[in-house]
Amino acid sequence: MFQIRLHGRGGQGVVTGAEMLSVAAFLQGRHAQAFPSFGSERTGAPVVAFCRIDDKEIRLREPIMEPDALIIQDPTLLHQVEVFSGLKQRDGYILINTSRSFEELGIGEFASDFRPERLCTVPATELALKHVGRPLPNAALLGGFAAVTGLLGLESVAAAIRDKFSGRVAEGNVAAATAAYDIVRQEMKEAAVHAQTD
Amino acid sequence: MLKQIEGSLGVAEAVALCRPEVICAYPISPQTHIVEALGEMVKSGALSPCEFINVESEFAAMSVAIGASAAGARAYTATASQGLLYMVEAIFNAAGLGLPIVMTVANRAIGAPINIWNDHSDAMSQRDCGWIQLFAESNQEALDLHIQAFRLGEELSLPVMVCMDGFILTHAYERLNLPTLEQVKAYLPPYEPRQVLDPKEPVSIGAMVGPDAFAEVRYLAHAKQMQALELIPRHAAEFRQIFGRDSGGLVREYRTEDAATIVVALGSVLGTIKDTVDEMREQGYKIGVLGIVSFRPFPLAEVRRILRPAQRVVVLEKSLAVGIGGILSANVRMALSGAQLHGYTVIAGLGGRPITRKSLHKLFREAERDELQPLTFLDLDWNIVNHVLEREKQQRRSGPIAETILRDVGVVAARVA
Repeated sequence: MFQIRLHGRGGQGVVTGAEMLSVAAFLQGRHAQAFPSFGSERTGAPVVAFCRIDDKEIRLREPIMEPDALIIQDPTLLHQVEVFSGLKQRDGYILINTSRSFEELGIGEFASDFRPERLCTVPATELALKHVGRPLPNAALLGGFAAVTGLLGLESVAAAIRDKFSGRVAEGNVAAATAAYDIVRQEMKEAAVHAQTD
Repeated sequence: MLKQIEGSLGVAEAVALCRPEVICAYPISPQTHIVEALGEMVKSGALSPCEFINVESEFAAMSVAIGASAAGARAYTATASQGLLYMVEAIFNAAGLGLPIVMTVANRAIGAPINIWNDHSDAMSQRDCGWIQLFAESNQEALDLHIQAFRLGEELSLPVMVCMDGFILTHAYERLNLPTLEQVKAYLPPYEPRQVLDPKEPVSIGAMVGPDAFAEVRYLAHAKQMQALELIPRHAAEFRQIFGRDSGGLVREYRTEDAATIVVALGSVLGTIKDTVDEMREQGYKIGVLGIVSFRPFPLAEVRRILRPAQRVVVLEKSLAVGIGGILSANVRMALSGAQLHGYTVIAGLGGRPITRKSLHKLFREAERDELQPLTFLDLDWNIVNHVLEREKQQRRSGPIAETILRDVGVVAARVA
């Protein structure tokens, strides 16, 4: 079972992101379960959503406390919420919506314990503004997630986006996800080259 | 057809396939998405003929359902928590009159303190109102139980509550197998009311009954629920024939063969329990699970047959009978009357507290060693409890408990679990 935890703020489409992730996995024939952390959601308040992916029926109903991957939609949460809590040691994936590096975010030392090609950043909000016209980073991040984990194809992510949205909003989000996918692929290549030269 | 959708939408699709003629509801979390979706289907004409009636309260919702059902319409509503409590008088009337309304209860705690999260306090508060109460383990089962509920309720002329865990199921996206209209039509015949307000053949419904016959009317309500004990397994078998999957029934056993310890529970927590039990089985523990689907009527004989060979029974429930302990466990004990078994009641998941495998592993191992207290509150924070008790000892005006505790624990919104 592969478990993903998404952190963001109310209004950023965190829950929708988890739902689309589950749809993308479903479209690839996998079992998937997406659910929000339940509460009185308010715009701007920290929000958590979860997604599990497996090859058999998922019966587990506990929150994800030991994720394989983290998608962080808002980097301002890094020092406010225990976003890294329980993340799989070394093999975990981290994808952050930011144009800054892990060092610039002040988590360079923490990140050094993980495999560098599994740590990625993508300016998802900027991509969403460019392609959708609204600062909603969720769909773009899923493109980045597909790239960094290899768990989902970009086509499945695009289909999941079109399942949730329609028309121009859908196509804009697909374009943002595709751009994020390409950026992350490039980052991974650079990380691999870096690892070799090290 | 397989679809990856929210539990609420799956239930709305299932209810729509049952072709209800009147839907009335008042919105309350976590039931809202179900009736919203049905409202859209009525408005678009996808569900027709059907009247969607916006009402001013839950009391009105159940009253409208009663009126619609008495007029011969297939009637549906949904609620949760405080909404269920607000319709209580009408709930008892629907059962007493024998009107086959189907209602989803998206299980949620009851205040005070205010809490919008999941537990079973709402449904349990209505366990003796005369409705049939079915509990879903998964969203697929929630969907399927609604189809079975219309069939069962209408055959017996009794109302049926389908209970599904609020948020945990209602708001979860998972793979659902949506039936076709043809399948549902083959399973669910058109509604033939036993009693109907028809101007051509006028009757009145709702007579006053004095001491000379009240007990007989009540006994017949009980007798009908006893008939349900026979019908529910038969309906589940027919459901399997048409839809090709196991859903419903009175109870569901999991790895109970040769089990020394059997855990009994209701609803979605069964999934987490089964995963824990699988892990413990691998380590050699002889442990199994009994899921109760039909809480009313309560399948005493089945529960007794399954639990009797075990050495101990752990009843894990998301409700609390303040002043005594468990509700489900009291019913299970009745089934085990005279049997020599270790029995443990565990209150868990109140007000949405996550029930984790980690906590269950610890709990079940304590049970295996017979070190559990007869009544255990899973993951209870004794520091918080003792702090309040101490404060109350020391000062008369100790203040409101909920506010005091919140001050002690700090803001918890940012916590993951």
